[in-house]
Amino acid sequence: MSAKSKDSDLPLIATANDLRTGAVVYRSADGAWQRDIARAEIAEGKSAADDLLRRAEADLAVGVADLALIPIIREGAFLRPAALREIIRSTGPTIELPAWQPRA
Amino acid sequence: MYRYDEFDHDLVRERVAEFSDQVARRLSGELTEDQFKPLRLMNGVYLQLHAYMLRIAVPYGTLSSRQMRTLAHLARTYDRDYGHFTTRQNLQFHWTKLEEAPKMLAELADVEMHCIQTSGNCIRNVTADHFAGASADEIADPRPYAEILRQWSSLHPEFSLLPRKFKLAVIGAPKDRAAIQTHDIGLEVKRNDSGKLGFAVWVGGGQGRTPMIAKKVRDFLPESDLIAYMEAILRIYNLFGRRDNKFKARIKILVHEMGEEEVKAAIEKEFAAIDKTNMVLPRDAVERIERYFAPPPFDTRFNGAPAFDRARETDSEFASFVERNVHPHKMPGYAIATVSLKPIGGTPGDMTSAQMDAVAGIAEQYSFDEVRVSHEQNLVLPHVKLEDLPAVYARLRATGLATANFGLITDIICCPGLDYCSLANARSIPIAQRLSERFADPVRQSDIGELKIKISGCINACGHHHVGHIGILGVDRKGEEFYQITLGGSGDETCSIGEIVGKGFSSDGVIDAVETIVDTYLKLRESPRENFLSAYRRVGEEPFQEALYAHAA
Amino acid sequence: MAIFKGHAFVEDEWAVAAEGVPLPAGRAVVSKARFLAEQDTLSARNAPLGLILRSGETLDGLEDDLDRFQLIVLDIPKYTDGRSYSTARILRERYKYAGELRASGDVLRDQIMFLHRVGFDAFDVTHEGTIAALRDGKIKLVHKHYQAAAREDEEAAPGPRPWLRISPRGVPGDAHETGLDGGGI
Repeated sequence: MSAKSKDSDLPLIATANDLRTGAVVYRSADGAWQRDIARAEIAEGKSAADDLLRRAEADLAVGVADLALIPIIREGAFLRPAALREIIRSTGPTIELPAWQPRA
Repeated sequence: MYRYDEFDHDLVRERVAEFSDQVARRLSGELTEDQFKPLRLMNGVYLQLHAYMLRIAVPYGTLSSRQMRTLAHLARTYDRDYGHFTTRQNLQFHWTKLEEAPKMLAELADVEMHCIQTSGNCIRNVTADHFAGASADEIADPRPYAEILRQWSSLHPEFSLLPRKFKLAVIGAPKDRAAIQTHDIGLEVKRNDSGKLGFAVWVGGGQGRTPMIAKKVRDFLPESDLIAYMEAILRIYNLFGRRDNKFKARIKILVHEMGEEEVKAAIEKEFAAIDKTNMVLPRDAVERIERYFAPPPFDTRFNGAPAFDRARETDSEFASFVERNVHPHKMPGYAIATVSLKPIGGTPGDMTSAQMDAVAGIAEQYSFDEVRVSHEQNLVLPHVKLEDLPAVYARLRATGLATANFGLITDIICCPGLDYCSLANARSIPIAQRLSERFADPVRQSDIGELKIKISGCINACGHHHVGHIGILGVDRKGEEFYQITLGGSGDETCSIGEIVGKGFSSDGVIDAVETIVDTYLKLRESPRENFLSAYRRVGEEPFQEALYAHAA
Repeated sequence: MAIFKGHAFVEDEWAVAAEGVPLPAGRAVVSKARFLAEQDTLSARNAPLGLILRSGETLDGLEDDLDRFQLIVLDIPKYTDGRSYSTARILRERYKYAGELRASGDVLRDQIMFLHRVGFDAFDVTHEGTIAALRDGKIKLVHKHYQAAAREDEEAAPGPRPWLRISPRGVPGDAHETGLDGGGI
């Protein structure tokens, strides 16, 4: 079953970009915006999601930009985003960055 | 090339200071993101998937070696050691930090570069033929006009809050190497019967969700009327362009909805009403700008190029490079060399800082200090002596920049796509890489001949897929990446929009589909001299649809 | 209502007339529709008259009457809506409008120089940060420009390129002239 069809039932986490650096960050339960998706606070159900969003939005003034609640999928002990776009945000570009070295 | 005087330096520095202040006000929270966003876009700062992106303007695609070295330095110091050349002749850095952007802008200002208006609903980089000032078929160098328009359009008080972005392109030869008919305004420099300089003017081209070919609104606009006429067009657009729907806000929609004749009449009416006293472009003012683009001190004694001839005979790879990547120059003894940024399996348009430094050195020594960026994401060394080509080739080889694939199937044009871009629906770079690897065999590439594949990761069409001979558009189909193919597009003077060939393909399927299309072409072409585009225009999409979609019984 | 005009905030002496009710006494601002419908009654009126144009409304039909308005207000609903910049410039350059030209609505400090250059001379500001910045003289306006606009009477053309312009010091909103640095340059 594709993740998309059950997206509305999936747990949510809050993600954004750090305002100063643009780095991809996730909101953890202690209110910090940090880079490890595994430490993101998970909201199950609508009222938890609304509460998480409300707390996260307070950081839009000076902390982060482009805030979104995104669905995640639990795979055993791990969690990953449901959407490809968010997977790419969490792991980086899927291609090798140019690292050409001059021949000696 | 153009050199800043004190006025230009002051203007750019004032703007850098203004942007630094705006960044500080955002970081302190005085500005909300909503208020700050248009301001940072005016300075080329986007927020993308992984970081901010900085888009640096390369006016009409012309760079000096000093500027190229600064780009290399910025890549090393503030980014991840590489940059990406775009389909609008600009350079992008994909790992910019907002708090460092003001410093980067200050360093750019030191070498007469900036990021002004590379984004936002304003007039963007004026692009031009990347062979300008060098090509044998040129009537007049378009770059002086591109520079005049760059200045006129920079921080224009009336036209900085347009309904949407606005793109201009200028050419000076009958061959259109800048795709002017896909621009909001396209200009072709020409002479009238009395030999006076002027322009043919096209309005309303564009790609994106609704691709449209521009309409010619003037066959001959006298040179002195250039500024006033541009103001007339922009004013009509600013006043009447749609602001209710982001996807219907370009001038192409206005031309379509108002009607070609009505828009022409509105522009002419506005042009007639404009008080031209302070708008006239005097010949001596143009001449003053033209002097910056005067031909370099060519060596006019051409008695043959023995080293070049010898290398061509003995080094088959050099011979391939000459055949594919070297183009006729107006000066005997000289040539234009394309530096391919499409190595097999690489990311189209990407370049490491080491490569930038290498090209800077080559340009400085062998091309009168000048490099060009093409809208097809390659670089150009515009003025290379034939006799120096073997040495240039050797240095390009040593830096991984000698792929002899200009215009061939592996010379792919490709946007950053979902690997980088927050607007994207699908990845584009892996598709380009896999296509490049599938067709890597140089013999096969040569046999296929000229075939431009252009790939976009979303409907915004930054990969210019609508004007690809084979265009590929990545879409999101129920959470999966999916690719639509168009055929028969072209950005040159025979401009055409590609036709959707049928149902789309998965990321594996699209590679095979392109191969099927190529094989179909090879079977039905009249001769190897009939290239893909010509064959397609002769036979239409049916043979290709049949090959792709008809299932074996 | 904070109107920034000249170099200071001043009282707004004008009242925008609501549709369908009698005009207030004194200085009143009417919409285009109302003016066109009630032209004759309005010309008989003794008090100064102003016009307010919403974004998207053109000067069509008003060309011969512009000198009847001591004030023209151009509404800017969202600061990214740049239509009034063209309207302002046409008013000043084509119709030589000489009255007060006021930008009202979503006006931010970052557009002050653009607004000035196309001919606005008064700003109806609601954004707190912009009010504070204007009041405290914090805005360092840029003065060098690459094109002529509607301020040919005050901008210098330093040459040699004929299109270069320089704004004088002391343009409304300019940091140096709002009096807090102990007076004068």
